[in-house]
Amino acid sequence: MAEIFKFIAGCLILIGAFLSLVSAFGIIRLPDVYTRNHAASKSSTLGIMSILIGTFIYFFLEHGHFNSRILLGVVFIFITAPVAGHIISRAAYNTGVKLWDKSVLDDLKQAHDRIPSEQKDQ
Amino acid sequence: MAFQILLNVFLAFIWMFLRNEYNGSAFLVGYFFGLMIILGFRRFFGSRFYMLRVFAVFSLLCIFLRELILSNISVLRVVLKPKLNMRPGIFALETELTKDWEITILANLITLTPGTLVVDISPDNKTLYVHAMDIADVDEAIRDIKGSFEKAIMEVSK
Repeated sequence: MAEIFKFIAGCLILIGAFLSLVSAFGIIRLPDVYTRNHAASKSSTLGIMSILIGTFIYFFLEHGHFNSRILLGVVFIFITAPVAGHIISRAAYNTGVKLWDKSVLDDLKQAHDRIPSEQKDQ
Repeated sequence: MAFQILLNVFLAFIWMFLRNEYNGSAFLVGYFFGLMIILGFRRFFGSRFYMLRVFAVFSLLCIFLRELILSNISVLRVVLKPKLNMRPGIFALETELTKDWEITILANLITLTPGTLVVDISPDNKTLYVHAMDIADVDEAIRDIKGSFEKAIMEVSK
């Protein structure tokens, strides 16, 4: 039983390392800030979470040590990573970073053009 | 909801004092009987029976985890494909949610959904601007998913 769970822990750590590698490839390959943000905010979140869960399972079975800080770390990363992705892409948009091969950019651009003109009117 | 939980804990303490046993199992037994009492008296409370909301929160958590795994698979597919032929774009999404924490949870869910990332929220909290990895085929499907997310969040706050 312990061997099976050790195997599962090893698999989780390998999957996490693979996902982190894929997210690094995505940051290199993808063309603009927003698509890179997709790779960075999703793959690395699940990658780090599965590495931490694998570590937790290993230490729990091998040493009988229930390390609750690892679980807290999983929860904190799960909560904060999407917020960080949102804030980075929002800051990029507000400082005027262009999108790549854009197809339906118009929605946010209209809203951005409208707000300063309304403020001018008032 | 918080009042019902507090009342339940209070009833569990009363059970412990009645039994004169002060340990975790006595607390759990008392909590269970208090739950039955609150279930019996649920029509006297302003909000609904609180266990329903606990189940709603749990199902929302399950949705979060499922979407995280699905979005990772889709990102994997885009990154490892030899040709970059996706067409990204930003579209507006009207939301019916009003409270700040509901919109925060919806934005987090959308960010963890396959192929979408929240870029901005309009000042009147009515529109979310979402950056999509592939506008063409994802747009309609995503609207359906969002219907289910919004419904799940409303189920929590009802």
